[in-house]
This record gives sequence, C-alpha cells and structure tokens, in this order.
Amino acid sequence: MKILTCPVNGPRPVSEFAYGGEVRPMPDGATCTDREWADYVFNRSGVPGVKIEWWYHIASGTWFYAERDTVADRVIRTWLPA
Amino acid sequence: MPYQLLRFAFASKHPEPRMFRTPERLKNAYDAVIIGAGGHGLASAYYLARDHGMTNVAVLERGYIGGGNTGRNTTIIRSNYLTPEGVAFYDQSVRLWQDLSQDFDLNLFYATRGHFTLAHTDSAVRTMRWRAEVNKHFGVDSELVGPDEVRKAAPQIDITCGGHAPILGALYHAPGAIARHDAVAWGYGRGADQRGVEIHQQTEVLGINVESGKVTGVRTTKGDIATPRVLSAVAGFTPRVTDMVGLRTPIYIHPLQAMVTEPMKPWLDPILVSGSLHVYVSQSARGELVMGASLDPYELHATRSTLDFVEGLAAHMLDMFPFLSNARVNRQWAGMADMTPDFAPIMGTTPVEGFYLDAGWGTWGFKATPVCGKTMSWTVANGRNHELIKGFNLSRFERYELTGEKGAASVGH
Repeated sequence: MKILTCPVNGPRPVSEFAYGGEVRPMPDGATCTDREWADYVFNRSGVPGVKIEWWYHIASGTWFYAERDTVADRVIRTWLPA
Repeated sequence: MPYQLLRFAFASKHPEPRMFRTPERLKNAYDAVIIGAGGHGLASAYYLARDHGMTNVAVLERGYIGGGNTGRNTTIIRSNYLTPEGVAFYDQSVRLWQDLSQDFDLNLFYATRGHFTLAHTDSAVRTMRWRAEVNKHFGVDSELVGPDEVRKAAPQIDITCGGHAPILGALYHAPGAIARHDAVAWGYGRGADQRGVEIHQQTEVLGINVESGKVTGVRTTKGDIATPRVLSAVAGFTPRVTDMVGLRTPIYIHPLQAMVTEPMKPWLDPILVSGSLHVYVSQSARGELVMGASLDPYELHATRSTLDFVEGLAAHMLDMFPFLSNARVNRQWAGMADMTPDFAPIMGTTPVEGFYLDAGWGTWGFKATPVCGKTMSWTVANGRNHELIKGFNLSRFERYELTGEKGAASVGH
C-alpha cells in the first residue's frame, strides 16, 4: 500500500487522502478576459513531470501541498500552506 | 497437433503472408502522418485510404500495434449514452461494428450479449429511465427493466448484493457487445497496409514542426519527415503531443485498471455494469471474467497496477456473485486514460492548422473505434469537422459549451 506523509499526522495510507489537483495561480476574475478565465477553469498541464499538488487528509481535514513526480509516483516532500 | 503447422517448422521462409509490411525507413514526405497505431489511429488510416483515396500516409507508433489502450480495455461496445451528440455518435459506431468482421475478412469474435446497467438506488433508477427515453427517442434499443429480468439473464446473481445494495432495476441495452480488441487493431492495420499506408512501429515522435500556425513536419527517432497534416491518436500520451505544438487542453491522465480471472465454463452471458458497486464484468470467449472498476484516484503517467484495486474490485464482485469466492485472478493491468472535464472526447480541428486531435477518450474509447476512424479520416481529408463530431471540438471549452456526457463509463463518476 502506498504511504503518503501528512504534515500534521505523519505517514498514512494513501486511501486516507483525496487528490486536489495541481496548484495553479488563479487570475483575477474581475479583470481577466473570458478566455483567460476559461483557460484557468478547464485547461491543465497534462504533461508528466514533478508537480506541486493539493492533497487532503480526509480523517483530519488537513489540506496541504505535495511535490510529486507524476511518472514515478514518488512524493518528494509535503508541507502545510503558509 | 495439426499437420499444417509442420510446414512452419520446415520452411526457411515464413510460408504465410504477414499481416503487415515492415517498411525499412521513413520517406521524406507524406500527405498525412498519424501518431499512434492503436485502433483509432489505424482506423483513421484505413478509412483515409479506403474512402478518401489518401494512401501516402504514415502511421507512427512508439511501441507496437495495439499495445496501448486498444489492448488494455475491457472490450465493451454499446450506444446507450445520455446526450443527443453521444447517442448519435455511438449508435453509428455500433452499426459499423456489426459489419466489421466481414469488412476485414477477419474474425473479431464480435458477440452481441446484451448490456445491463444495474441501479441500486431510486435516483439511479430515475437516471436509467431518463437514459432509456433519450435512447428510444434516437432509435437505440434501450429500456428500463426490473430485478426479475436481471435475475433471468444472470441467475447466479445475488439480487440483494449482500443485502446492502439491492438491485432495483436496470437499463437494458440489447445490442451491447464484446469483441476481441487486438484483432480490431490488426484488421484495421492490415486493411490500411494493403492499401498502401505505411505502419512504422518503434518509431517515436520527438517533435512537431509548426511554422506560422501551420504544421510542416514531424521529427522522429528515425528521422524527420515533411507533412502538412498530423493526426494525434495517442490516448494517454495526448498531453505530451499537444505540448509539442504549444496547445493547452483540459486533458489530464489517470490510470484505469482491469483484471481477469482464470478461464471457467460459460455461465455469464450478458455484460453487467454497476455504478454503485464500481464493477463492470463480462465473460470472454475464452471463459475468463473480464472486470474493471473506476479510475485510479490521482494523476499518474504510468501503467503500474495496485493490490488496492484487486481487493476493492474482488470485494464488489463477491457482493454480486458470492459463488466466485474461490475463483483466482489471473492477470491485472492498467492503461493511461486521457480524461476530460465533461466526459466527452476532444476531436477534430485545433487552432494549429493541419493538427487534428482524436483524444480525450478516457475510459470509453474502444467502442468508438470505427466511427472515430470514419469521422477523423473525413475531417483530415476535408480540413473541416465532420458533422457527427462538431459537439466534441476543443473550442467548446473556451465557449463554456460543455457536452456533459454523464453516460460515459457508467462507473466512477
């Protein structure tokens, strides 16, 4: 079973976590164009690589960051948002 | 042993014609290049050559023919979708499927089994009724049936599913079928090859040349080629290819796993799908139970398989069929599914002139193989979108006009 390290609760089985997708900067909805907003809402960087992602520890309600290699499925580090 | 096989042992040359030629090297230029020699890519090549007279075409494949999701799916063919676009499209596909064995002169083991989508809750029954009505409106054979019909079609089923998910009804789709998936790729490949299309296996695309918004060529591990048209039909590798032309898409990659049991006597005729239990199952011509579940829960660009998957799927199978508790699992595997936010594919033209996409086929691509070949070849030959795929264009996202295909894989969303 795959183990993910929650920054609060330590190493836990991956089944206790929910995946929240890649961390992406949100454009300012008041000033950006419809096209920029659609790009933010729908488009993803689907190419493989090392990405910073949102993860959620369901049992404790903790949202945190994980840096993960999406080819090797290796988590490099996890930390709480500042 | 059949004596016919002896001639293979004694002949110095292979005595039978091969399915495909293996061209020595790439030409300098082609009228069109198709990336990906899976079912979709080869079907597009086949219809380009047969229906549109384009034979100066190369199909490039980094691995081997049909080695991607064409050989990894659970081979279910149906057309009981939920949106008008989806129903019209998949219905056309099922019609094409039914003649395909004769078209190829190759036995695809196409078997019409009937397809039950089980409903375990009142809301699921309501959705099934909705789907049945949409289907009937478009002339697709589809109806809501009660638990008795399910029991009649699969007498071994525990209709209460262990007492915690009783089956209240099902959407029954009589034309639901299974086929031998490798043969589909081989049939299309052979047909394209005989008409002059070149299939280059173990040829990886490294880059696509774009000049002032137009495709001009492709760079590969076996040299560069010039071409004005490129069709990408690469399933889980789509983001890597769209990245080569600087195109952003909503596609994200999750693995989808499947497994088979040891072969057993034929006992399960229909195809059964349960959204609540995350199971779909059919019995292959070889007697194996072919089973799948929902997507893996996070992005991954690999085809590793997990024990979690086998445990979860086996538990749900036993809810439906307790007598299988001694059956052994023979194999499990995974494919990379290119998912879209609305569970509909992304097909046709793109902002890059000459670059065409047949992508976003997520967990529902195998059944669409023939109609994808038909419509994509038309699109590539004519430079504009075929009528049937207009609802699936990449531009729908920036217009906020999603297609919302909730009938997609029946499982997991």
